[in-house]
Amino acid sequence: MAEPMKIRATVKGDVADIRVLIAHPMETGQRRDAKGELVPQHFIQSIVVTYNGKTVYTGQWSQAVSRNPVFAVRVRGAKAGDKVSVTWVDNKGDRRTDEKTVDAA
Amino acid sequence: MRPDFKSSRHPRPRSLLRIRALRAVAQRARAATTVACAVACGAALAQDGKVDPLAVGRQLLAEDNPGELWVQRGEKLFHAKRGPRQLSLEQCDFGLGPGKLTGAFARLPRYFPDTGKVQDLESRLLTCMVELQGYARADIVKGAFSTLDHDSDMEALASFVASRSNGMSMNVQLDHEKEREMYKAGEYLFHRRSGPTDFACVTCHGDEGKRIRLQELPNMTDRKQIQAVVSGWPAYRGTQSTVRTMQHRLYDCNWQMRLPDLDFASDMSIALTTYLNYSGNGAVIQAPGVRR
Repeated sequence: MAEPMKIRATVKGDVADIRVLIAHPMETGQRRDAKGELVPQHFIQSIVVTYNGKTVYTGQWSQAVSRNPVFAVRVRGAKAGDKVSVTWVDNKGDRRTDEKTVDAA
Repeated sequence: MRPDFKSSRHPRPRSLLRIRALRAVAQRARAATTVACAVACGAALAQDGKVDPLAVGRQLLAEDNPGELWVQRGEKLFHAKRGPRQLSLEQCDFGLGPGKLTGAFARLPRYFPDTGKVQDLESRLLTCMVELQGYARADIVKGAFSTLDHDSDMEALASFVASRSNGMSMNVQLDHEKEREMYKAGEYLFHRRSGPTDFACVTCHGDEGKRIRLQELPNMTDRKQIQAVVSGWPAYRGTQSTVRTMQHRLYDCNWQMRLPDLDFASDMSIALTTYLNYSGNGAVIQAPGVRR
């Protein structure tokens, strides 16, 4: 099971700033390990952010994204107490969903 | 001992995307920094009054410090029943009593009567993993520095324990005779030129404005600068995509001076840490820090 994400969600005015830090190796398939063997690709393929149950972001990611990636989205019409949910699925079928309640700034 | 030199010392900079993005932000920000930064980030102002564009990137990294993931993992490892004896580290004494973590790191290195030695954070963790949990010392030492192929429990645990002193001031005491001895040894080692390049720590870290390539080197004889160093280790290192501990920092410095490998948790490493942390007393701890 993958490690939990770190999600920060704060609202300022009516805009929520959602920042997500994901623990993932994001292997490109080009790196060789200490024994000289290729490390197979292992990267997040799709990612979905929902806001109060409504999808606000979907992404198709590739191996070009860094290890332990950080990404941010902003949502308009937000208020403190709203619910954010982030789900990623990687190319090995591993998945993880984490939730966060939006804090006042 | 450097079994997988290539992968351990110079892992590919997998965080290029992050770095590139930050660079773009820094460039864009440079135009705006003069106005915005003068107000917003006092830290970005160098001593001569010029704006340091790198500080913008540093601040962005600090806001989303990937080191937080190590703290999270370290906390889980700390409370998990592990090792041959299936015990957690909750009974580990970092100097304030078993399981007392708040503020413990701020007093390290210190003398521990049970081992009869001065120990830093990592060597104390090593003692607990061996004595409490029953791990073989050699195994822990071998895996203490992570590579891209294997994670290090030590790096995660050190991040977690150090982070429990966040916001507190570094406050190393030299009450015990052995602590004073270690400090003296560290001070000597810091200034002692040796090895094929005839370098000492102070060769690079004793003057203002020195650099390795574009990396500015802190002058560790200056109180403010040494405080900036000790406040942020263990640190997430962008070039290595992992958290490194002070033990690794010193190991790497040793390697850069072409000295024989510095053994993990060796007296030499603890002597240097004692000298550095004591010199940085008063520094407000914010661990894990973020470093290049």
